[in-house]
Amino acid sequence: MGVVAESSTRHTDGGAPQARPRNSLSEWTAWLGLLPFFVFALMFLILPSISIFYNSFMDRSGNFTFANIIALFTVRDIVNAYRTSLTISLITAVGGGIFGFLLAYSVIMGGLPRQLRSFLLTFSGVASNFAGVPLAFAFIATIGNAGLVTRLIEDVLNTDIHASGFTIYNIYGLSIVYMYFQFPLMVLIMAPALDGLRREWREACENLGGTEWHYWRYVALPILMPTLLGTMILLFGNAFGAYATAYAFSGSFINLVTILIGAQIQGDVLYNPGLGNALALGMIVIMSLSMTGYITLQRRASRWLK
Amino acid sequence: MKRVNIFAWFIFIIGVIYFFLPLFSTFEFSLRMKKGVYSFEAYRVAFQDPKFYYNFGSSILWASLTIVFSLLLVVPTAYWVHWRLPKARPIVEFFTLMPFVTPAVVLTFGLIRLYGKPPLVLTPTPIPMIAGYIVLSLPYMFRSVDAGLRAIDIRTLTEAALSLGAGWGTIITQVIFPNIRVAILSGVFLTFAIVMGEFVFASLLGWPAFATYLEEIESMRPYTPQALTLVSFGITWIMMILIQWLGRGAPGAGEAAVGH
Repeated sequence: MGVVAESSTRHTDGGAPQARPRNSLSEWTAWLGLLPFFVFALMFLILPSISIFYNSFMDRSGNFTFANIIALFTVRDIVNAYRTSLTISLITAVGGGIFGFLLAYSVIMGGLPRQLRSFLLTFSGVASNFAGVPLAFAFIATIGNAGLVTRLIEDVLNTDIHASGFTIYNIYGLSIVYMYFQFPLMVLIMAPALDGLRREWREACENLGGTEWHYWRYVALPILMPTLLGTMILLFGNAFGAYATAYAFSGSFINLVTILIGAQIQGDVLYNPGLGNALALGMIVIMSLSMTGYITLQRRASRWLK
Repeated sequence: MKRVNIFAWFIFIIGVIYFFLPLFSTFEFSLRMKKGVYSFEAYRVAFQDPKFYYNFGSSILWASLTIVFSLLLVVPTAYWVHWRLPKARPIVEFFTLMPFVTPAVVLTFGLIRLYGKPPLVLTPTPIPMIAGYIVLSLPYMFRSVDAGLRAIDIRTLTEAALSLGAGWGTIITQVIFPNIRVAILSGVFLTFAIVMGEFVFASLLGWPAFATYLEEIESMRPYTPQALTLVSFGITWIMMILIQWLGRGAPGAGEAAVGH
């Protein structure tokens, strides 16, 4: 679409002779039209990022240092925070990815009534945007100390799950909570991808004597794989950057990187302002890597789908 | 084939239980304020608190400001990219996707460190927060406006308007905007839902908001937060239904929700 628009621009420009001498000037004025957007991006995206980068290499008195970056890999609290954040992100990306895929498969190809499909897609749109404080409260009411499921188990099985050492206020509990917005996102992205699998591919496979297994193993899964992995990476980043849910759910019991950065903003808990910048920089690096992976896989995916 | 069908139902039912159990539990929890009986006491208490209206109203104000400035920023930019500068598209698109690289906490941290001290002090104003919300809304806004512009013939419309003597302001507000109104609305509703539930910016920058209020009352007043949680869920749900409803038959609308 962009290519078509571009070539037609050239055509009109070339057809108007009087426009030629002013071409470079009008190109300049054209860029001026984007000035407000670029000023906004500079002020509220680029400069904050540069400031984080720059201050990561500054010590308290403003001299250049690698100490903050080294601290990322050596200070125990920081290493633990990264480990916890990465673990939760990995668990919920893989878990949410697999379950979301199966759910999308069920409503698209599993022969369920069509109404269920649009119902699930609407609900996935809601749930994937339902995060933060309210989500935490919903799960506290479900499996918290006085939650409905906790009390049901207590009444029916006569055991207090929380007394016997079980707690949802750890990374596994938080993973269950995160799943609520993770797998709906997977459903939203996988559903159109599954729709994009053409009937001809299956028929071609069957005509060649392939079974259901052959179709999935050699046709459908290889085509879907970039979308599948790419979306899981997206889920990973989604969980990695989350703050409010964990904050409202567990106070600061679960030491995530985002929680640590938040604490660092509210009061220099690491007793070193430069360290906060390094923490933030570490997040940006990890998020950039995962976005790069996502975009690469997205390109691969568009070879067959869409 | 039959076996597959049972498997599909099984997965679907697990999914539905996972979706609705927390909602049902929250509802049940919110009814338990009076000992021994179910009542709507928690809702009565929640809606009686003047602070609720103050914080909820603040969030509505932030959401409205975000939507207005986000539209002012995104609509002319996306239009200009379509009409004059298709080659700027990758750069603009890159910036609209930045919130996926810099999480809200990181952006807040950067904004506070940068604008909390001279030469430019912005932290006593809500500007950093609104800017943060605009950044969060960029992917969805740009996507819906972009889809809307793709669906109409902006070249013909613009040339027709220009040859009739219209200025750029008139073209944007009187010609382009009405034509992509439906597509824009899906971005608007999604932005509204996001800002109404947003916690990070308001909490760390110290402004009143619905989500921070919810977090504050949790320790003081049990049961009412759960009542308000359902209100919050309802807002998100209504916005999504509006987006879906708009998406019917309107080119480009409804894409934002699936965007992520």
